[in-house]
Amino acid sequence: MNSPTLIVGLEVHVQLLTESKLFCGCANRFNPDEPNTQTCPVCLGLPGSLPVMNERAFRLALKTGLALNCDISPFTKWDRKQYYYPDLPKGYQISQYDLPFSHDGWLEIDGDGDDGGRRRIGIIRAHLEEDAGKNLHDESGRGGDSRVDLNRAGTPLLEIVSQPDIRSPQEAKRYLEDLKLLLTYLGVSDCNMQEGSLRCDANVNLHVTTDDGKVAATPIVEVKNLNSFRGVEQAVEHEARRQLDEFHRTGRKLGDPGVEKETRGWNADRGVTFAQRGKEEASDYRYFPDPDLAPVTVDEELLETIQDELPEFPAERRARFGTAWGLSNYDAAVIVDQGAVFADYFERVAKTCGDGKQAANWVTQDVLRELNERQLGIADFPIAADLLGRLLAKVVAGELTVKSGREVFAELLARTDRGEDIGGGDIDAIVAEKGLAVVADTGALEVVVERVIANNPNAAEAFRGGKPQAIGKLIGEVMREVKGADAKVVRQMIVERLSR
Amino acid sequence: MPRTTPAASDLPDVPVVELLVRLASGSLTAVELAEAHLERIAQLDDSLGAFLLVDRDGALRAAQDIDRRRRNGRPVGMLAGLPVALKDVVCTRGLPTTCASRMLERFVPPYDAYVVERLRAADAVVLGKVNMDEFAMGSSTENSAFRPTRNPWNREHSPGGSSGGSAAAVAARFAPLAIGSDTGGSIRQPAAFCGVVGLKPTYGRVSRYGLVAFASSLDQIGPLARDVKSTALLLESIAGHDPRDSTSLDADVPPYSRNCEEPVRGLRIGFARAHFGDGLDGDVESAVRRALDVYRSQGAQLVEIELPHAKYAVAAYYLIAPSEASSNLARFDGVHYGHRAERFENLVDMFAATRGEALGDEVKRRIMLGTYALSAGYYDAYYLKALKVRRLIRQDFDRALERVDAIASPVAPRPAFRLGELVNDPLAMYLEDLYTLSANLAGLPGISIPAGFSSAGLPIGLQLLAPPLEEERLLRVARMHERETDWHERRPEL
Ligand SMILES: [Zn+2]
Repeated sequence: MNSPTLIVGLEVHVQLLTESKLFCGCANRFNPDEPNTQTCPVCLGLPGSLPVMNERAFRLALKTGLALNCDISPFTKWDRKQYYYPDLPKGYQISQYDLPFSHDGWLEIDGDGDDGGRRRIGIIRAHLEEDAGKNLHDESGRGGDSRVDLNRAGTPLLEIVSQPDIRSPQEAKRYLEDLKLLLTYLGVSDCNMQEGSLRCDANVNLHVTTDDGKVAATPIVEVKNLNSFRGVEQAVEHEARRQLDEFHRTGRKLGDPGVEKETRGWNADRGVTFAQRGKEEASDYRYFPDPDLAPVTVDEELLETIQDELPEFPAERRARFGTAWGLSNYDAAVIVDQGAVFADYFERVAKTCGDGKQAANWVTQDVLRELNERQLGIADFPIAADLLGRLLAKVVAGELTVKSGREVFAELLARTDRGEDIGGGDIDAIVAEKGLAVVADTGALEVVVERVIANNPNAAEAFRGGKPQAIGKLIGEVMREVKGADAKVVRQMIVERLSR
Repeated sequence: MPRTTPAASDLPDVPVVELLVRLASGSLTAVELAEAHLERIAQLDDSLGAFLLVDRDGALRAAQDIDRRRRNGRPVGMLAGLPVALKDVVCTRGLPTTCASRMLERFVPPYDAYVVERLRAADAVVLGKVNMDEFAMGSSTENSAFRPTRNPWNREHSPGGSSGGSAAAVAARFAPLAIGSDTGGSIRQPAAFCGVVGLKPTYGRVSRYGLVAFASSLDQIGPLARDVKSTALLLESIAGHDPRDSTSLDADVPPYSRNCEEPVRGLRIGFARAHFGDGLDGDVESAVRRALDVYRSQGAQLVEIELPHAKYAVAAYYLIAPSEASSNLARFDGVHYGHRAERFENLVDMFAATRGEALGDEVKRRIMLGTYALSAGYYDAYYLKALKVRRLIRQDFDRALERVDAIASPVAPRPAFRLGELVNDPLAMYLEDLYTLSANLAGLPGISIPAGFSSAGLPIGLQLLAPPLEEERLLRVARMHERETDWHERRPEL
C-alpha cells in the first residue's frame, strides 16, 4: 500500500480592521471587558432597525479579493443565513450566498521541499459577512445563566475558502501563515488569533490506495475552531492519522451510504480531535436575498482605484530585498515575515546607512533580540529606524567598529529605559564619552604599538620566532589602551613593526 | 379629569385645514385641541377599541411646548398642534410598541422610528398607539392579541386591517391624522372600510427605519386622514430620503398639500375589466362605476387597460410576504427582549416555547408558509418563481401607465365584513387583498378615497394607482373626485 495522500482545504474567517461595524455605526473594537457597550438598535437586532452597508468594509474586502488574485463579481448581493442562536440577535446572519463578491483566486506558498519550489493554493471564494456576538457561559459549575455580549455582533468578517489543494500539515500551517502575512501587509486585518480576529476551520480527508490499486477517499471531516498556527498543523496531522486508522478498521469511504461530513472539535491540550454534535445537523439555512439591502455593483473604475492602493505583497518584497539590498533569501524572509512595519523599519535603516547587509544583520539580530526580550512590537521599539541608520552609517564608514556600535546601541536603549529622549546627538555624545571613535591618527597608535611591544618582549619574540598566534596578546593590549582602534589596522601595524 | 366645554367637543369635527388656520391665529391652542381629542377617546373608545395606548401626558406636554413656542414667536413645524395616532408598529422611544402581539407586550423601544422623528419635528401631537392585526398580518384587526377594533360605522363589522386602529381612529374623530403601514393593502382597505382617505406611498418614499418589519420589500408607511388635502399634508411631513434605510429613495418631496388642488388636465383614467369580475359586490361595483362617471363628467378619458398577470398576484404575494416575514420575525426568540417562556428544558425548547406561547395563529401560519417556501429544494419553485411573477406584474403596470395617468379600481371586493365572518377562513381573508396587493408587489403608490356607501350604510372606497413617485398626481386625481362629491364629509354616529 502506498502512503495515503492528504487532502486539506481551509476555511478562514478574518475580522476586518474598520472603524465601524459592517451594517451600523458602532465602533469595531475588541472589548470583552465592557460587554454590550458597542451596540445600537441595528446590531442588537431590535425590531424596526435596518442595516446600511459600510462602504469602507466593502473596499477592504475588494482589496483582499484582488490580493488573492480572485475574480471580482461586477454584481454582488447580500443574503440572509437563517438559524437560531443566542449570539445571533436577528435570527439570521447577513452573508453572501450564491454571488460572493470574489471567487477563483490563489495564494502562493513555499512547497514542502528545500528546493525553493512554490505551490499555488486555489481560493474557491472570499465573501463578506457580519460576525455574531459571543455567548459567555457560567464556568463555575454552579449552573449560572449564560450571558451574551454583542460588542462583536456585526463586525465585518471575511470568509476565505481554499480549494482542497493542501497536501501536508506543514503546508496547512504555511498557507495560514502566508495568508495572515498578506492580510496584515494589506492592512485589512490585524489577524490576532488570541482575540479571535483570525479563525480557521480545516476540511480534511485522505486518498488511500488500497492493495488492489484502487483509490478510496475517507469521509470528509471538518475540524472547527483552530485558533493557532500550531493548532492547525497538529490537528491536521492528528486527523490524518486518525482517519487512516479508522479506514483500516472500518473501511468506510466517502460516498458510502450513510456517510456524511463530520464536524469535529480540536482539543489543543490533549492534541486530539473529538466528535462534536453539530449545532445544526443537516441544517437548512434557508438563504434568500436580504430585502433590506441593495445589491452592490462594482465597476472597473473602482477596481482600478483599489488596485492602485494595493501595497507591495510579501513575496514581491522578499524578492526585491534580494535584488535591491543584496540580502540572502533567508534574511529577506526573516525580515518580511515579521510583517510590513518591521520590513519598513529595515528598509529605512538600510537607506539611511546605505548598506543592506549591515542593516539586515543588525535588524535580524540585535533589534529582534531586544524586541523578544522586551516583548515589544517594532512599532514600539525605542530606537527609531533613522537613528539606528545613522549609527550604522558610522560603522559602514569605518568611524565605529561593529563592537563599538553595539556599545552605543546598548547605551541608547539604556537611556530610553531611564526615560530620556534620544536623538542623533546622543550617538556622538556616547562615542565621545566612551572614547569609541576609531583612531585614524596612526601617529598616536604607533606610539602605543611601540610601548606595547616594548612591554611584552616575550610575545614579540614568539611572533618573530614563527608563532603567529602570539600577535593576539599584543593586539589585545593595544585595543585596551585605544578603545576606538580598528583591530585590522592595529594588526597590520604590529606585523610591520615586528618584521622590520 | 377636566371636562371639556361644549365648544371644545366640536373640535374633532373641524377639518384640518381650518384647524391649522385657528391654531396659527391663536384662537385655538394645541392643548385645547389635544384635550378635545383625548376626551373623545376617553368617552368613546371603549366601544371601538382603536387605541392600545393613550399617551395623555406626553401629548399634553408636547402641546404645551408648541403653544409656548408659538406665543413666543418661535418657529413651529408644519403640523404644529395637530393630533396624530400611530399604528403600534412604529417604534416610539419610551412608549411601548407592541405590534398588537403578546411577544412585544412589554417592549419599550430605545429609539424613535424615522416617521416619529419627522412627526415630532413637524410638531404633530402624538396621542398614542392604535390597534392592528398582530405584526400587521391580517385584513380585519381581529388578529390583534389584545382586542379587536370595531368599525365606527357599524360595530358589528370589522374596520379592515391591518391598520384598522388607524382608520377607525380617523373615522371616529379620535384623531384628524393617523399613520398606518401597508404591505398588501393594510392602509387602503381599512381606509375604504371606514370611509377615510388612506395612501400607500411608492416603495422607498417614506423611510422604514423603525417600522417593525413584516415583509421588508413590500412594507410602506403612509398617512390616513379624512380628506385628500390633510392626507397630502401628512405625507409631505414624513416623505423624504433617510440614509438609515438602504431602500429609501433620494427624491425631492413636492409640496403635496398645495399642489393637490391643481386638477390634472387631459386626465386619462385606466380601468381593467378583470377588476370588475366575479366576486365583486354589486354596491361596490356601482360605486366604482359612479366614481368613473365623476371623472368622465370632468372631461377625463376612460381607457381600458390590460393587466395580464394580475391573476397571479395573490399567489405571488402569499409566497413573498410570508417568506420575508418568516425571516423578519425570527428575531423574536426570547433571548434579548420581548416575551420569554417561563418553563423550558433547553435552548431549542426555549425558542420553541417562547414563540409558541407569544405568537398568534395567523402569524404562525405565515411563518410556516414562508419557512416552507424558503426551504432547500422549494426555493426555486416558490420564492424565486414568485419574484419572477412580481417582475411581470410590475411590467404590466409600467406598460399600462404609459397610456393612462392613473388606474382606478375597487379597493376591496365588498364593504366591511362582519367581525368573525372570515376569521376562520384564512384563504377568503387573503382574497380580500386581491385589488390592493399588486401595488405593493409593483412598488407603486396607491390611494383609497371615499366613494359611496353600501345599501347597509357601510363606506365604499375607490382605489387609484399611479407610477412610482407620482404621489402628487395621485393626490390631484383624488382631489378632483373629492371636489365633486361629499362622501368624505359624512361621519358615523357614535
Ligand atoms: Zn450597532
